[in-house]
Amino acid sequence: MNISTIVKQGVLIVHVEGEMDMHSAEQFRSSVDTSLETSGAKHIIFNLQGVTFIDSSGVGVILGRYKKVSILGGKLAAVNVKPQVVRILEFSGLLRIMKLFGSESEALDSL
Amino acid sequence: MAINNHIKMNFTSNSENIGIARVTAAAFAAQVDLTLNDIEEIKVALSEAISNAIIHGYGDIVGEVECEMFLSDDILEFIVTDYGVGIADIELARQPSYSSDPERMGLGFVFMDSFMDELSVESALGKGTTVRMIKKITNDKAH
Repeated sequence: MNISTIVKQGVLIVHVEGEMDMHSAEQFRSSVDTSLETSGAKHIIFNLQGVTFIDSSGVGVILGRYKKVSILGGKLAAVNVKPQVVRILEFSGLLRIMKLFGSESEALDSL
Repeated sequence: MAINNHIKMNFTSNSENIGIARVTAAAFAAQVDLTLNDIEEIKVALSEAISNAIIHGYGDIVGEVECEMFLSDDILEFIVTDYGVGIADIELARQPSYSSDPERMGLGFVFMDSFMDELSVESALGKGTTVRMIKKITNDKAH
């Protein structure tokens, strides 16, 4: 899995490439949490364009990040999500806490 | 029912192997005329079964996971076995949001249940767990 992060307008943007499963969950968790701490960002936008697969471990690690940012009033958004990934996010109820957008700028405007 | 194809994989409970088993299952399922959605569902269900074997069956120790795939005329069957700690209460473990880890939603069995046509779980404490999952082939016969 490849993860890169950038901060725009005080929002942490996380670009993810690969498969979000139990194998990659720890890497995802630690790199997002480290970037959150160093940037002091409140909200997170996940750009999932490069994510081809997600299962409950991937859903769980996103939920964990939500629990973290929501304590301080932060929100999650996701952009460029592939249909098979949208289906799993929807099925797991995650779309109730993370809105989907077509582009990073749309997501930034909403936060 | 005649078995037209069969694969048996054995691997150590390293999380790298989940992706390898998933790709194998997708290729195995692609022998028959399934939709991309069906294949995606099989990948998710198998991923959940193997993740459970690794996390809950073995935890910090390394053990063997067995993964068998069968193709018959109208079904694909996947069997995942571990020889780990076993599940004390299978009914409880199959409930949504049953999880020992706050970062997990306890959705593993929910996904397996929803994405496959049949799911059965056998477990014995201290001996291990076997998960059997069946996907019906409704579109076409095996090539």
